[in-house]
Amino acid sequence: MTSLPEQTERKLGLAIDLDTCVGCHACVISCKGWNTENYGAPLSDTDPYGKDPVGTFLNRVHAYEVTPQDNAPFTVHFPKSCLHCEDAPCVTVCPTGASYKRTEDGIVLVNEDACIGCGLCAWACPYGARELDALAGVMKKCTLCVDRIYNETLPEEDRVPACVRTCPAGARHFGDFADPDSTVSRLSRERGGIELMPELGTRPVNRYLPPRPRDTLQGCAPAPQGDPSTEGLTGFLGWIDRTLSRF
Amino acid sequence: MHPAPSIILFTTLSGLGFGLLAFLGAGVILPTGLAAFLWFGLGYGLALIGLAASAFHLGHPERALRAFTQWRTSWLSREAVLSAAALLAIAPHAAGLVFWNTPVPVMGAIGAVLCGVTVFATSMIYAQLKTVPRWNHWTTPLVFLLAALTAGALLTGSGYSAQMLLAWLAVAMVLHWILGDGQFARRGSTLGTATGLGLMGRVRQLEPPHTGTNYLLTEMAYVVARRHVRVLRVIALASGCVLPSVLLWSAPYSLLALGIAVLLHLAGMLAQRWLFFAEAEHTVALYYRG
Ligand code: SF4
Ligand code: SF4
Ligand code: SF4
Repeated sequence: MTSLPEQTERKLGLAIDLDTCVGCHACVISCKGWNTENYGAPLSDTDPYGKDPVGTFLNRVHAYEVTPQDNAPFTVHFPKSCLHCEDAPCVTVCPTGASYKRTEDGIVLVNEDACIGCGLCAWACPYGARELDALAGVMKKCTLCVDRIYNETLPEEDRVPACVRTCPAGARHFGDFADPDSTVSRLSRERGGIELMPELGTRPVNRYLPPRPRDTLQGCAPAPQGDPSTEGLTGFLGWIDRTLSRF
Repeated sequence: MHPAPSIILFTTLSGLGFGLLAFLGAGVILPTGLAAFLWFGLGYGLALIGLAASAFHLGHPERALRAFTQWRTSWLSREAVLSAAALLAIAPHAAGLVFWNTPVPVMGAIGAVLCGVTVFATSMIYAQLKTVPRWNHWTTPLVFLLAALTAGALLTGSGYSAQMLLAWLAVAMVLHWILGDGQFARRGSTLGTATGLGLMGRVRQLEPPHTGTNYLLTEMAYVVARRHVRVLRVIALASGCVLPSVLLWSAPYSLLALGIAVLLHLAGMLAQRWLFFAEAEHTVALYYRG
């Protein structure tokens, strides 16, 4: 059913630390790997070794340059995947009921057997978190690794999303935002977690922890500019200058 | 947004078909026998070809029946249900005229209203999307509805209504363009709000996340040259509204003039629909902005 639950018991999601992410793309690869080998249609690639490789990914890492008003520019690596919005527009537009939000944990999923591949949900998502798989013809999106986090055949430390388990920088945190004492809630509170495009009213669950303030450059003399001057040269260099100036 | 031919044909032809059926259902003209067969056949044909074209856009057209289930929340599903209801409701009226020379005005009227509501539902598939500010505006349903009604008036040769509707359609199209041009900026989404980094300074993309293209870019980040936009707007307005109006005015009783007016209008509406998609910017394109 494509109506949204009034409220979910838990709000599982990610807190992504933009201060720590080094843009290594390891999370992109582990996500593609896990979600190709496990639940649902594999994430296909078209012409993977040819001239024009195109493929389906559920997580992509952008890189931005931020130029503050009174400081030097800095680089921010920016992983982007489904934010499991509370007011998910991708769910309500779906004509078949394939797209839904779970009442128990708030995860937004696609039932691939019911999906007609109309693409409307991808249009409704402001963040580009859904991609229609070119080979399977069904909509793919981040499942928050629903087949890992409750999977009792996996060792306990692996029962987190593949991207979180993989991140070498510890930049990705998984947990329940409905619980004020969870790591993700605490991190979001302490670091001023950001909501993406709040003006569109989607109420995303995932939060981005902004880069910590950088040191400001202070007391550095500006680099010398213009023609080097020979004025005031004495001794040997002065003698050369005077001699050369005669010609 | 990518101007896919299947969707352009779907919205244009089904609009044309439902507009014609609405006029026939309302009893603006009451052909009988073979004439009725041809009129209604044209209406049903256009509507069904349009709907079939939309199926080409699906990854799994064989599951299309599932799209009838979620009418409580989804405009796409409502559109499916309403279009089927409209086509069924008009059927007794059409059959009555074709086989027994007798209209069934009640069913015709119900069908006519359903045709209008179907076109409205089609327009709401686009107008509901906050992610595409140009569409997310009252001018979208206005243009779709007026376009369908104009087609109905033209195809039934209702000269006076056609003239009025052509004028209103022209105004609606111009409003949709002019107001649409500022919609994205008015909505206020920027790369700064999309990343949340706007609070810290000026943001620009340093590196895209992938070397090639992807579904998001081909589907939602279509860029059209401003020069083409201007030319196509003029063509859409001239061919869709102005020329048909001039033709109808200068040769009111000529069937040939009417035929040419219909074809010109169709060409103009195809240009308008192409622009409708090609000009529309989606918020996801912000993430790729340099
Ligand atoms: S991020 Fe996009 S796909 Fe995910 S829940 Fe929100 S709107 Fe839907
Ligand atoms: S692509 Fe699939 S999940 Fe998305 S709206 Fe269409 S049917 Fe629903
Ligand atoms: S794995 Fe971690 S550090 Fe690497 S890109 Fe992903 S979030 Fe950033």
